[in-house]
Amino acid sequence: MKYLDEYRDADLARQYARQIARITTRPWNIMEVCGGQTHAIVKFGLDELLPKDITLVHGPGCPVCVTPLELIDKALAIASRPEVIFCSFGDMLRVPGSTTDLLSVKARGGDVRIVYSPLDALKLAEQNPAREVVFFGVGFETTAPATAMAVFQAAKRGVKNFSMLVSHVLVPPAMVAVLSSPKCRIQAFLAAGHVCAVMGCEEYFPIAAKYHVPIVVTGFEPLDILQGVWMCVQQLESGRAEVENPYSRAVRREGNPTAQQLIREVFRVIPRKWRGIGEIAQSGLGLSDRYAGFDAERKFGVAGYHADEPSECLSGLVLQGQIKPHECPAFGTRCTPEHPLGAPMVSSEGACAAYYRYRREAAFT
Amino acid sequence: MHGTVNDLAMSGARPLYLSAGFIIEEGLPMDTLWRIVSSMQRAAASAGVQIITGDTKVVDKGKGDGLFINTSGIGVVEHSLTIAPRSVRPGDAILVNGDLGRHGMAIMAVREGLEFESTIESDSAPVSGLVSELLRAGVEIHCLRDLTRGGLTSVLNEISEAASLTLSVEETLIPVREDVRGACEILGLDPLQVACEGRFAAFVPERDADRALAVLAAHPLGAGACRIGKVMEQASARVLLKSAMGVQRILDMASGEQLPRIC
Repeated sequence: MKYLDEYRDADLARQYARQIARITTRPWNIMEVCGGQTHAIVKFGLDELLPKDITLVHGPGCPVCVTPLELIDKALAIASRPEVIFCSFGDMLRVPGSTTDLLSVKARGGDVRIVYSPLDALKLAEQNPAREVVFFGVGFETTAPATAMAVFQAAKRGVKNFSMLVSHVLVPPAMVAVLSSPKCRIQAFLAAGHVCAVMGCEEYFPIAAKYHVPIVVTGFEPLDILQGVWMCVQQLESGRAEVENPYSRAVRREGNPTAQQLIREVFRVIPRKWRGIGEIAQSGLGLSDRYAGFDAERKFGVAGYHADEPSECLSGLVLQGQIKPHECPAFGTRCTPEHPLGAPMVSSEGACAAYYRYRREAAFT
Repeated sequence: MHGTVNDLAMSGARPLYLSAGFIIEEGLPMDTLWRIVSSMQRAAASAGVQIITGDTKVVDKGKGDGLFINTSGIGVVEHSLTIAPRSVRPGDAILVNGDLGRHGMAIMAVREGLEFESTIESDSAPVSGLVSELLRAGVEIHCLRDLTRGGLTSVLNEISEAASLTLSVEETLIPVREDVRGACEILGLDPLQVACEGRFAAFVPERDADRALAVLAAHPLGAGACRIGKVMEQASARVLLKSAMGVQRILDMASGEQLPRIC
């Protein structure tokens, strides 16, 4: 397939792997920030092509995984109401809350619908004026412009029966949180290409300088990822800590200013709780005062919910790169995609799901 | 129709007769009913089966969601082979009769909330004729399975489980049309887990594999037939996929329905 097969060329991939092996003189830990990258790495077996000294550590960039339990509980409470049509991206439906998940709410008669765009939810609201349509706004800076657009349009068209349960999170504060941990072993980052396509690269310069880590903006295809690793290793081996952008077919230094402006119009930066990690300052987006009328938490009175996360789930350590999924004692036994303890086991971007799906047995014959 | 015909074909029977039970909601337009019944008649004719019995129940408006049709069928087994997972042997070649995933993506393209422009048409077809040709050519079929719900991934895992054998397939050998791949990429779906309605996997001894492929390729519904892998010696139930990068990994059973992903 054009524009895809070129980036999955097995011979070029092996060439990159050989190049990386040639320049690597000692062990390096590189974190791929985005869950989409994690899945590509495990699915294509890219880490197995790399020299033993290079360890790829899976990062917090899975929006489903980091959505806190109490927000899922809020979603479940709202979705169970008879007047509500609850719209969500497909990924969120299997994520366990304290007692159940959205798919089960749907099975019990709740009107839960999978949409592919927040604007589809807005359209549903206009088609069903007697119902309350709620969209679960989940994701990083990648999906934020689309949810912002839905709220912006709802306000413009005066749609009163539309609201948003907002769970947006921001990548750079999460990277800083990872780097600030005393247990941090990360020496370089593959930055999330799609996030950078929206936000650009500017935010990463101060991080690279302050923590002296190379940050390479990286795409999602095998050759993108191997190129990212190669550039990280080049920097590490020569003692540099710079922001580089080899993913220039999608990312400009300034990002997408129109999308950024829309995000700033509709949202404001707030502290947000990350599942398994805890609250991170200035790490989320909430509706700005001007658009507070579209806040589903206020509309349905669920703002005060609190839930304790199950202690057996070590997803917080997985999301910060402190353990690999299979090092969790519950992995593949008490925690499986059918009976997950935590979101990383069910999300299509979750590191635990990737390991379960592609790596359950360590040794192939 | 095709589902029932193919179920019979996959167990090695020549389908003969079908039943059709109709549950009709009051108010269903007669035009709709006629259109569906006529298409069933055409499907029966093309599959060489007769619909010989059935029943109708009309339910109150609001109690039936339009129309439900349930079909069942019988056929005749005209050979002495045991076509079942327990007949699968190490060394067997794994064949498919064409490219995968078209039916599921055609459905996905018109699904509410996901409408996208596409020219992907369903691959729905009766495959009983193809199976008859294989049997007539004397191919010692060990197992057949249509690649419906859960696609190739589910079928390989089910057969591996039932036969307690390791199956190995190669990603680059599995045929997926470019437009199907493209749609799957956009939605974040795995084409190997997408349902087909006119595709099946055949397990045959290696010595019969080339002949089976020639028979399949000579038939319009098997024009894209190819070999995708083989049954290994290891007596453990798992499916291995050699990725395009040349690295081997597990091809795991899908957990539940595939859901389009966030980003």
